[in-house]
Amino acid sequence: MIQPDGKAAAWAEAERLTAHFRAAGALPVEADILQPADTLLDLYGEDIRARAYVTTDPLRGEMMLRPDFTVPVVQMHMSSGADPARYTYAGEVFRRQEIDPHRPVEYLQVGYEVFDGQDPAAADAEVFAVISDALSGLPLRAATGDIGILMAAVRGLRTTDARKAALLRHIWRPRRFRALLERFGGRVPAPPTRVALLEAADPMALAGADIGLRGRDEVEARIEALREDAAAAPISAEEVSLIDAILALRETVPMVLSQLRDIAMDLPAVGSAVQMLSRRSDALAARGVAVDTLEFEGSFGRTALEYYDGFVFGLYIDGRPELPPIATGGRYDALTTVLGGGRAVPAVGGVIRPGLVVSLRGGA
Amino acid sequence: MTIKLGVPSKGRLMDKTFDWFGSRGIGLRKAGSEREYAGEVTGLAGVELVLLSAGEIPRELAAGRLHLGVTGSDLVREKVPNWDSLLRDVNGLGFGGADLVIAVPQLWVDVDTLDDLDAAAAAFRRTHGFRLRIATKYHRLVREFLRDNGVADYQLIDSQGATEGTVKNETAEAIADITSTGETLRANGLKVLSDGLIHASQATLFKSRAADWSDDDRAAWARIEEMCGL
Repeated sequence: MIQPDGKAAAWAEAERLTAHFRAAGALPVEADILQPADTLLDLYGEDIRARAYVTTDPLRGEMMLRPDFTVPVVQMHMSSGADPARYTYAGEVFRRQEIDPHRPVEYLQVGYEVFDGQDPAAADAEVFAVISDALSGLPLRAATGDIGILMAAVRGLRTTDARKAALLRHIWRPRRFRALLERFGGRVPAPPTRVALLEAADPMALAGADIGLRGRDEVEARIEALREDAAAAPISAEEVSLIDAILALRETVPMVLSQLRDIAMDLPAVGSAVQMLSRRSDALAARGVAVDTLEFEGSFGRTALEYYDGFVFGLYIDGRPELPPIATGGRYDALTTVLGGGRAVPAVGGVIRPGLVVSLRGGA
Repeated sequence: MTIKLGVPSKGRLMDKTFDWFGSRGIGLRKAGSEREYAGEVTGLAGVELVLLSAGEIPRELAAGRLHLGVTGSDLVREKVPNWDSLLRDVNGLGFGGADLVIAVPQLWVDVDTLDDLDAAAAAFRRTHGFRLRIATKYHRLVREFLRDNGVADYQLIDSQGATEGTVKNETAEAIADITSTGETLRANGLKVLSDGLIHASQATLFKSRAADWSDDDRAAWARIEEMCGL
């Protein structure tokens, strides 16, 4: 097959990376380009339509050109895989671009995924180190984060379970998360219409005809939930400021660890997540990663596709902030729970874009 | 060379557009019989009238096959990605006003804001096992609006007409549609969310940045600007 130089060079680089991952113990796997749309839509919501190509098949319904390999690889592992397991794959992914016409709509990804619950900190460090080693010699800057710390902090708030669930649901939507936190913290009053509804002698008096699938009982149940929320004390200003402090973290890993240990004095619920970060830092150091200069950002990974729930990382081309990251990855335990129908497997992985590696080396 | 001006080919939108230009000294009319879609321009040289469906005007402007076009500002935003890099919004013409809004059943006394809609969607998904359905034909505008406002656990259902009836028919739980007075919404047992205005649309004159503009075309455009006070 005749291919433009750039693509041939990217494939050659993909093969080099795949060999690197195989040497690290990964089994090569493949995935279909056409994926059933409903699984991806249920996971990511309607927003995925803006980022993935949707097409239709008369028999199979809506299909998507794979926007990444994670979902098919997890499904393959959950249905047939041994445990523990390591996989690698290489192939095109497809991303719709509605905003920037200069961004590529298809490019190669090479991935390395680890399904191993024995020692999550070691598995996190392994993925980061194996991917970094594959790119050694390139002028890259690493950024890391840990969504698990923010989630642990939210779970540890002294407030209602309903509020915690609402905040956890919006971890990956920073604006809505912020708006909820402000309201639950009493910094922003409840909307006047809600106050009026709860003060009404009969809140259902103004209800229109019973139409639609969302029934009267569901409306009444939500009014009850709103009453409980209105009766609950606001989240304390101290706790809100602790969440703010976690989100504002931006330092090297050792500095962040020291700050988080202070935060854990006031918010003991983050203790085990901080220990996890500490163990990961040790595991990274043991693999030769310079953790003393490794950057950590409290908000890192919150706007990625919605599945990372622990360690997150990105490798960026130094001095080229306009370019997308050359590699990204993270832990996605919750995704395996959703796709596994109740069965969960701790999982962490990452991908490299070989096309960017080639252009960085000046090969294309 | 002539400037191509695209105008909706029928109905009130066409009549009002003809009136708007006519009162400014530019005569637009259908050529020949009522059924023909050819147009005539009087009072100004160098401009050709093209009559076509309002829904196709945004695409033709973006492709540069029309220099100027009158269509709903909602249609341009829905159909042209990055519309403001390809088109210039010259002037709202003051008619064809309609709001693209999110509406829910009046039964939902607990839902008045997008924040409520988001919470109701989360509970709905837990109860019914699928994402709350919103019927619309404005997929891009609605999706961007809900994403910017952090609403999750919904799905868009395509509805090209009679959208207000989808809730009653239980093919959707809520809708996002164009309304001018809200009459049809109310008649179908629906109400508009207080912060559910996605876009206030009106008939608008757009200028294509993608079309070829010769010196003669620019001169003709300058004359239009002058006559219409743009």
